[in-house]
Amino acid sequence: MRLARHLPVTTLAAAIAISSHAQAQTEITVATVNNNDMVIMQSLTEAFEEAHPDITLDWVVLEENVLRQRMTTDIATGGGQFDVMTIGTYEVPIWAERGWLSPLDNLPEDYNEDDLLASVRDGLSLDGTLHALPFYAESSMMYYRQDLFDKAGIEMSEQPTWEEVREWAGELHGSEEGLAGICLRGKPGWGENMAFVSTLVNTYGGRWFDEEWNPELNSEAWVNAIQFYVDLLNDYGPPGASSNGFNENLALFARGNCAMWVDATSAAGKLYDGNESDVADSLGFAPAPIAETPKGSHWLWSWALAIPASSEKQEAALEFITWATSEDYIELVGETEGWTSVPPGTRESTYANEQYTEAAPFADFVLKAIQETDPNDSTLEPNPYVGVQTVNIPEFQSIGTQVGQTIAAALTGDTTVEQALDNAQRATERTMQRAGYIER
Amino acid sequence: MTTLSSKTAAPRSVSGWRSPQAKRAFLTILGWSVALVIFFPIFWMILTGFKTESAAIADPTLIFSPTLESYQEVQERSGYARFALNSVAVAFGSTFLALLIAIPSAYAMAFLPTKRTKGTLLWMLSTKMLPSVGVLVPIYLIFRDVGLLDTRTGLIIVYTLMNLPIVVWMLYTFFKDMPKDILEAGRMDGASTLQEVMFLLLPLTLPGIASTGLLSVILSWNEAFWSLNLTTSNAAPLTAYIASFSSPEGLFWAKLSAASTMAIAPILILGWMTQKQMVRGLTFGAVK
Repeated sequence: MRLARHLPVTTLAAAIAISSHAQAQTEITVATVNNNDMVIMQSLTEAFEEAHPDITLDWVVLEENVLRQRMTTDIATGGGQFDVMTIGTYEVPIWAERGWLSPLDNLPEDYNEDDLLASVRDGLSLDGTLHALPFYAESSMMYYRQDLFDKAGIEMSEQPTWEEVREWAGELHGSEEGLAGICLRGKPGWGENMAFVSTLVNTYGGRWFDEEWNPELNSEAWVNAIQFYVDLLNDYGPPGASSNGFNENLALFARGNCAMWVDATSAAGKLYDGNESDVADSLGFAPAPIAETPKGSHWLWSWALAIPASSEKQEAALEFITWATSEDYIELVGETEGWTSVPPGTRESTYANEQYTEAAPFADFVLKAIQETDPNDSTLEPNPYVGVQTVNIPEFQSIGTQVGQTIAAALTGDTTVEQALDNAQRATERTMQRAGYIER
Repeated sequence: MTTLSSKTAAPRSVSGWRSPQAKRAFLTILGWSVALVIFFPIFWMILTGFKTESAAIADPTLIFSPTLESYQEVQERSGYARFALNSVAVAFGSTFLALLIAIPSAYAMAFLPTKRTKGTLLWMLSTKMLPSVGVLVPIYLIFRDVGLLDTRTGLIIVYTLMNLPIVVWMLYTFFKDMPKDILEAGRMDGASTLQEVMFLLLPLTLPGIASTGLLSVILSWNEAFWSLNLTTSNAAPLTAYIASFSSPEGLFWAKLSAASTMAIAPILILGWMTQKQMVRGLTFGAVK
């Protein structure tokens, strides 16, 4: 009887307790891509929630291009569907300038902002204020098969040149069944073949635009660079090179089908992992090759976590992004997932950590490559833009993709290099005129 | 003589390529070939789901040691059930709503046509020709203002509108093929319009309505543009689930195939179970 009398009161009290607990919980929606480092971040959700009992995480994982389009729609319309967004070095300054991202000028003291690598921090800042925190960063470098080089009596230079690379590729191509002398990106896209092609053009002394924003895509430097690229891949590349992007080349190299490969430093961890790679024991690495100038010969990219201005949960979002990009997080990943799995390229302290440098012999290379890149001075001749492999203007996505398609057409032999670059020049001129950078 | 000549002619025609047996064999081979070509990508996807990531991108082969590794990883990483439940709710909810609106519309157009009926039907169909992305921003803004972003209700509304032209067209065709005399007989017996629809029209055109409904369910189940753009996590269906396994860095084909197989399995089973009704409905009134 007594229990029956008290039951409604007890139930009500429990309900109030539960609802007040639910009210105290802030759920933040984190939009991200399906890269390995982000998968690890998701798997550590519990660790974050335990340390921050008032915040729960809700993940939205999408394909990179879908995510970008989805976030752009939401942020431009003020939809407020996301509290944390995973974006790249290309978007951060553009979105920050439009007021779409919350400035991160109130970082907690223990975050140790000065520990962030300067070039990475600058890439994520607008007028000196950070608008996103780097989750991991990468540059580009050359991977090669040390066993094949030894067998052929080739010695890798400290700073290889593209001419040397052509020679070595010729010697090694076909020396084993199914072995390509070199693998490079060929799949069209501003983030695929054009990331590599831009660095190649940079080192050949070319640039996307002159100081008055006039495109220079059919300049001598561009023609030389693209002709070299097309000849190199057609002579010593794998079959169907025009459809190979990062993933395809990673798989080819990991299976031992490429003697050399120039691509993202973030592949190093995967290639060193004996479970994922057949060439882990014979992996060699070197700086990205150069031609006329070392300037802009390797790229800079970082995946960063930003808080959209439209989010209503700014504080909780800040808690999360400072946790996921902190020294403690890197330590946590090292201890739980292994040191080669830590998100690279963001903090000085990562490279001062002996456990990491011992587990990842490529660490110094990566650090040097990232430190040496300067997005504000990436070409031989001066240019008006920021970016090494990208031009950080909103029009670049469409320009880069269109130029990427014409270069892929030259690679497959559908057009000549000159025709491809003339077409690319005309298309880019039109885009720049329409956007008002140059007069019609 | 006549008997003799017919006797001599008969074996020649049977053994020739025009004989009914040869024709049937030819059609069978053609049917199987077309079916295999259509089914091959699905077959390959199912197969890839049982490979390791490195085997998935190696040279294509049918001989490999199957593994459930990808299925395990897919299971560990995200809640399939939540996405599947959203897919079921949205696909069936939108189909029910579409039928609810389309049955009276098709009835009116089939049995009480005006001089603008044909034009209206064509106009309805023309809305299907508009690229969805053209109306993304207006719909996004409306949904934001009325709080329908990332809700099942929002997705049901969009899918209903998306499928309505096809549903109305199909039902219109089925209703039009129904003899009017039957409805008139009902009216003579004193049936109201509602009774006419409920007790005569619907039972007689049930195969057509069922196949229309099934088609609408399949279209809603497979729709990816709106589901990716209007949902984040609460209402995200299986299409969003599949999209989450594609990766710009790292190997993903085996996991993507495993996730896709799990995503299409329910609708594949439904299609398999109801294929007789679907074929019957789709060919309903085709031969006159």
